[in-house]
Parts: sequence; structure tokens; C-alpha cells
Amino acid sequence: MKNKVIYLAILAAGFASCEPEFENEVTNGSYSAGDADFSSYVAIGNSLTSGYMDGTVSRIGQTYSFPNILAQQFAIVGGGAFTQPSYAEDVNNLGGISGIPGFPTRLIIDAQAGGPEPISGASTVTLTPQATAFNNMGVPGAKTFHLLAPGYGNPGGLATNPPTANPYYVRMATSATATVLGDAMTKNPTFFTNWIGNNDVLGYATNGGSGSTSGMGGADITPTPVFQNAYNTIINTLTANGAKGVVATIPNVTDIPFFTTVPYNPLTASVIGLGNEANGVALINQLNAQLVGPVKQVLTALGQGDRIQLLSTTEGNPLLIKDETLTNLAPQLTGALTLAGVPALQAGAIGAIFGQARHARPTDLVLLTTRGVIGTAPSSPLAVDPLNKYGITYPLEDQHILIPSEITEVSNATTTFNNIIKDAAEAKGLGVVDMNAIMNQLVSGLRVQDGTIYTADYFSTATLSTVMFSLDGVHPNARGYALIANEVIKVINSQYNAKLPFVSAGNYPGATVLLQN
Amino acid sequence: MMALTATSAFAGGYRVSLQGQKQLGMGHTGVAVTNSAEVLFFNPAGAVFLKDKFNVSVGANALFARTKFQNETYNWKASTENTGTPFSLYASYKALDWLAVGLAVYTPYGSAVEWDQDWVGSHLVNNIDLQAIYVQPIASIKLSEKFSIGGGPIYVTGGVEFNRNLTRSLTDVEGPEGKRSDVTLDAQNVTAWGWSAGMMFNPVDRVRIGLNYRSEITMEARDGDAKFADVPAFAQGIYSNTRFNADLPLPAELTAGISVQLSDKWLVAFDYNRTFWNVYKSLTVDFASPAIATSVNPRNYKDASTFRIGTQFKPNDKFSFRAGWYYDESPVRPGYFAPETPRNDSMGFTGGLTYMINSNFGVDVSFLYLHFDEVNASYDHYTEDGNQNVSFGGKYKNVVFSPGVGLSYSF
Repeated sequence: MKNKVIYLAILAAGFASCEPEFENEVTNGSYSAGDADFSSYVAIGNSLTSGYMDGTVSRIGQTYSFPNILAQQFAIVGGGAFTQPSYAEDVNNLGGISGIPGFPTRLIIDAQAGGPEPISGASTVTLTPQATAFNNMGVPGAKTFHLLAPGYGNPGGLATNPPTANPYYVRMATSATATVLGDAMTKNPTFFTNWIGNNDVLGYATNGGSGSTSGMGGADITPTPVFQNAYNTIINTLTANGAKGVVATIPNVTDIPFFTTVPYNPLTASVIGLGNEANGVALINQLNAQLVGPVKQVLTALGQGDRIQLLSTTEGNPLLIKDETLTNLAPQLTGALTLAGVPALQAGAIGAIFGQARHARPTDLVLLTTRGVIGTAPSSPLAVDPLNKYGITYPLEDQHILIPSEITEVSNATTTFNNIIKDAAEAKGLGVVDMNAIMNQLVSGLRVQDGTIYTADYFSTATLSTVMFSLDGVHPNARGYALIANEVIKVINSQYNAKLPFVSAGNYPGATVLLQN
Repeated sequence: MMALTATSAFAGGYRVSLQGQKQLGMGHTGVAVTNSAEVLFFNPAGAVFLKDKFNVSVGANALFARTKFQNETYNWKASTENTGTPFSLYASYKALDWLAVGLAVYTPYGSAVEWDQDWVGSHLVNNIDLQAIYVQPIASIKLSEKFSIGGGPIYVTGGVEFNRNLTRSLTDVEGPEGKRSDVTLDAQNVTAWGWSAGMMFNPVDRVRIGLNYRSEITMEARDGDAKFADVPAFAQGIYSNTRFNADLPLPAELTAGISVQLSDKWLVAFDYNRTFWNVYKSLTVDFASPAIATSVNPRNYKDASTFRIGTQFKPNDKFSFRAGWYYDESPVRPGYFAPETPRNDSMGFTGGLTYMINSNFGVDVSFLYLHFDEVNASYDHYTEDGNQNVSFGGKYKNVVFSPGVGLSYSF
């Protein structure tokens, strides 16, 4: 009997030891915060910090903000609660903002129409002030100096011209005179991420360089001293109580799909013929004979023949654009055409329209939003048939295109601002996530740990599972924000001797595709 | 009978080495052992050397396979526990002094792995249940007192059910309520034919040498059901239920071995198995619907060996005691370690005994414990949007054990 008990005991022990065990089980104890303290993590920034994607902030989209993804990793090593502005009222996850113009619902792909369009339905996101400081203080649209601007959350500032308030911050601000940074500091951050500065160059670029290269308006490049003062003030304030953190640089904005998706030469015969190639060929031949040919002849005589090319019936033709850096040859064109027998009224119109026009080149960047403008009728009274097709017979405007000189302005400002950011970080011993370098890698393909290669390309049906930019062409989608969170984690791990787990970007969703909108 | 399933555990891949209680006790050696009707599986040539005219052995195992997975980079943890009941039935009849005939029914291939639905590796597999039952009539012919041959055709009936998610991120609706889109491939009552043949040579008394070959059998699933679930509306036009074809090879196996009757009480046996897994190049699923691209999943298995040693101690007519050990190479190459068969090299420790109730009727029990080292492994050939080499991996640790019981009768 005693023997039986012993055998049974041995058998029981044998079965129990049949539970697989690792030498080093992964537990929360496998990770550490290192020198960092995540008990109060505050994220400062713009749309890229808020979780903005597909042209808006929506209830579900916001849950994929990179700070929210980070906070879930921080929680493993003692990170505290992480709050974001409430979007509970966005019941149907449409995004947008109701009651004010210019804040449409989120972009989706309509499988029947093919292209991106705002999801149908009316936004239920209101401007009701929540009067709360949140851990995520990302405010879409904010430029560096806006974070220090009292009244940026004052509802009254929305109606002024130009507006002095931001509807996203209106929803958040603790008072009408609060500042974004001030609200953030009430959370007593022990750790912060600061990714601000994109809009200080991006606004100029997304407006086709139509703004000032040194101004405070939405379409301007922020003056360097203003940027420098604001940025250093933000960093000094955030670190005043010993908080650690990471900052991120400004990516080269002209590498984002917003500028790289629409080619400079999309005008095939089929496009010109509105889908009918034969019509297109006929129209091209007619245009070459009656408009492009004569104009090019005059320009050639003036030594500017390379401005305009005869249209090809077999290849994609470049867009016709206005280049404000060119000498305006309107009088010469009108004069020459009149001499050649073109009626005065028509010669005058052609001269005015083609005075600073040229065909686009590979070095020009066509804005994503310009795609919808090509072929439409300009509002100018001069735009009469056949001179009424934007990009084909009527030059696209300054705000539709970034030309090389404007790209250089953006690039120079980005470099200047990034140097300010890196200097500020170095002075305080902060980690730097070099989003500029990461963006450059994405252009050629960024290979992540699991072997997936991500690119800076715009959505296509062939890349449903790997595209990381959202449909607005500027902001990442959930997958892209997961990628960014990983880049931040890399920097935290090395800068603060922390050991945080990464997230798997491949498991995060991409664009919303609907059978019908 | 199809409810009886085997669990992937042995000889890597989806080979399940549990084809007889007595021989399992001896490290699953047996190509040169003529203990019982189990020899019909191990080497049909041996049947004619069985002492009794009529021999029957039936048995089954309760198989417990546990796998744990973790990945420290992503803080991933998962585990799966699976059970199976592989079984065998052997009967031989010595019709003439030089001829024995028999019937063998056994389940040498099978796999049942069920991870949590939508776990981190769900783009590779959520669950798989693969079964194959071999039915084999056998003839065993004694050419001389020293030499015999044997073999017979094998009829296989089997089925497979396999579920996995379509991608790493596709869901039916957005947000936390979203369910991942998945596909279930189901093919049952797939049949195929093969054969096995062996020879046995007894150079001297007390020494037997055996050689056995079992042919490759390809299970050709035709017009199986492909059922899609939780597909978002826009993709339902593409991913609608359809049929599929797929081939799954059950590889050939060559076994050579020797047994030595050291004394009246002691028997030792050594077996060497070579399983020709290289035929498993890829799992290719060809859908009937032209809208769905053929799914090619490289496997690239390599031939693998198993080294076995076993002994039997028979102190009296009532009891036999057995012990054995084997080393089992995995056919999986580095970079091809998929969670549907998460097996690395292993060592098997076996034991067993027989109690003879009377001189004809005995009860067999056996026990197997399979030890696996923890392994850091990955499957690096998942394709996503043209990215050919998306990797999924981490640390795997397996534990497998299996008690078994059988009855043997002979006269």
C-alpha cells in the first residue's frame, strides 16, 4: 500500500512537470523603465500626436495615436493612466467637427468609386469645451508658437479673421486664456514626447508655397527666431521639474504621399478625352495646331521655347502650371499672336493665361488635392473654351504645385528647425527620434524587425495590408502610428537604458474601405 | 472512427510514432522484433516468425501535447494544449508454415493544434486538425528459416480542417469590436493508396535484422470546402465561399534495425528511421474561385532521422518490462518553423509492461515522455502585399506525454 502511494506521488509529480516552462518566462518583470519614470506621461504636439488620420480625428482613430500606443507599453513598466480628449460623442466614428466649415468627416475608400472621399453622414463631434488637461495634448494644426498662445482655445477666436483659436484646442482648453503647454504642465509630467514643428513648414508646402517664407499665417513658414524662441521655451518648461523625454524632428514633408502620389505628367490621351482615347487624340491634335503650337512658336522666338511642349498622343503629358518665378511674357505673346492674325480678344486672353505658364517637370510636386482640380474650369473670366481646363489648357495655380524653388525653401526651413530641435534636446539630454531620417528611409523602403518593408507610398488596393500613410496623404494610419511608436521606443530604450517591448505594426489596421459610401 | 484524432507530437512534422504499446515501451523500435502482431506495422516480414498461429493486438494512447510560445520583443505570450487518441489494431494469422496474412489499422500521421482564435500568429494558423487512418492487408512469406519478406497495399482515409486569418490586420468592422477575417479549409474523406514492404533476416539464433519501407502517400484533397468568415463587406465579393484543391504528402519512411536476444530474459533492439520529408515543399492551396489567389506557403522540409534503442526484460511468463529512448530530428529547417507544427528536435523516454492474465491474453501499458529543448525559431516566409519574407517567431517550448493501453491475444 505504501508503495502504491509512492508510485502515485511520483506519477503525479511526473504529470505536473509536464507543463512546459521557459528558462526565462516573459513577464512584466522582463521589462524596465530604466532611468525614465512614466508615471505621468504627457504628449505634446500637433495632429501627429493627436492620432489624426484620414483628414480628421475620430473616436476609433484616436485610440491609435502613437502616444496612446506608447502608453500601453509604458503601463508594463509602471506607466500611469493616459487620457485623451473625449470623442465619445463621435458615436459612428465619422470624425470631422460639426458646426464649423472645413472639418469634413474622415476619408474612406469607396470601393465602387475607387478614390478617397469623406465618409457619408454628418459629424457629431462638437466644440463643447471639456475644460480638461489631458495626457495627450496633441492639437491638430498647431504650430510651435501656438502651444504658447493664450486664447488658442478661446471659442471666440474661431470666428475672427484670421482665426486666433483652434477648434481642437477649444474642445480641450481648461479656460479661454489657457495655453496648450500650460495645460500640459498641470499634469506634472515625469516623461514627455514633444513632436512639434511640422506645421511650421507643412502649411506652406500643402498650400503649394503660396504663402510667405517668413510669416505667422497658416500657409507661411514660421520665422526662424519665432520657432527657436517657442521651441526652446517649450523644452525649458517641460524639463523645468526634471522630466525626461524624447523629441522628434520634422520629416522632410515633400516626401509624404501628399506630394508624391500625383505624377507631373498624368495627361494621357485617354485622360484628356475624358476616358475616350480617340476623342483625346483628336483634341490633342487640335490643341497642338491651334493653341500649343502657336504659343510654343512665339516662346521659341523669345528664347523660352522649353516652357511648353507639343502634346503627345501616345505618352502622358505634363500638367500646365503657373510658375511665378518666370518672367511674365504676356505682352510679347499677345503681340506676336495678334500679328499672326489671332483676334485681339483671344490673343489677349492667351497672353495673360500663358504669360508665366510652363509645363510641369519631374522636379515639380503636384499636391494630392490637386488631382481633383485637374480638368476643372477655373473661375477666371479669361477661362473660356478651350482655355477652361485646369492643368491642360489653363495653368494650375501657385497653390496647386510645389515648384523647385519652393521645395528648396521647405527643405531649408526643415533643416534649420531640425537643428534647433536637436540642439535643444542635446542641451537637456533628451532623446531624439529623427523622423526626418526615418522618412528618408521610408522613401526607399524601411525594413522593420519582422522583415516587412514599409514605404512612403499612398494607398493602393495592392498594399491594403502594408500601407502606413492614411488617406489624407500627410498623416500615418494606425499601422503608421505603430511604426512611429516603435521608433520612439527604440530611442527611449537606448537613451534611458529602458527595456520596453515593441508593437507589431503589421497587426494594426490600414485604410477603411467600404463597399459603398 | 474519424473522431479519433492524433496529435502532432513525434518525429517532427505531423508524424505520430505511437503504433503499438509493446514497441512504444521499447523506444518504438520494432523493425527487427517479433514480439506481437505489432510487427505488422514495424515490419510485415516478421509476421511469419511469430510463434503463435493467431495474434491480435489492439491499443490506444491518450496523447497530451502542450506548447508554450513567447516573444520578448513584442511581449507576446500564447499557449496551446491538445489531446489526441491515436490507435492501432493488428491481427495476423499463420495460414501456412511459410505464409502469414494479417490486417493492420493504424494512425501514423496526424496533427491537432488549436491556438486561441486571433492569437498573434493567427495569420499562419488558428487551428489545424489533420487525421489519416491507414488500413493495410498484409502477407508475410518465409523464404527460409533465416529470411522472410512481407508487405501489402495501404489504403488511407483521412481529412484535414485548417483555419487561419486572411491577413494580419483585416477585420469585418473597425475598432475593438472588429473580428478578424478568416478562412476554414475543410476536406474530409480524402483517400489514397500506398504500400509497405519489408524483409527480415536472422543470421544467427537470437539476432534479427530488419528492413522496412513504407511508401509516400499524397493526400489529394479535391473540392474541399473553403469557408470565409468575418470578411468586411467590400471584400466579400472576393472572399466568398468556394472550393479548394491541395496536396499533403505523407512521406515515405525507411527503417533499418537489429534486435538481439541477449538471454532468455533480455532483448535489446535498435532502429534507425529515415523519413523522406523533402517531398513537403509547400502547402499550396488552389482556390476554385479565380478571384482568390493561390496560397503558396513554403515548407521546404528536409529528410529527417530518428535513432531508437529499446530493451525488454521478461523475468517470468507473467510480466514483461520495457524501456526505451530515442532521438528524433525535426524535418523543419531554420526559418520554416510554423506554429501549425511547432516541433523541434526531441528526445523520447519510454517505458511499458505487459501483464499476462493467462497464457494467451495480456494487458499492455506504455508511457512516453517527449522532451523538447526550448527553441528560438521563426517562420520567415509569410507573404504580405508582395513582401515575401515576413517573419513570425519567438521561443517555443513543447512538452508531450502519452500513456497508452493495449490488449494482446494469441494462440
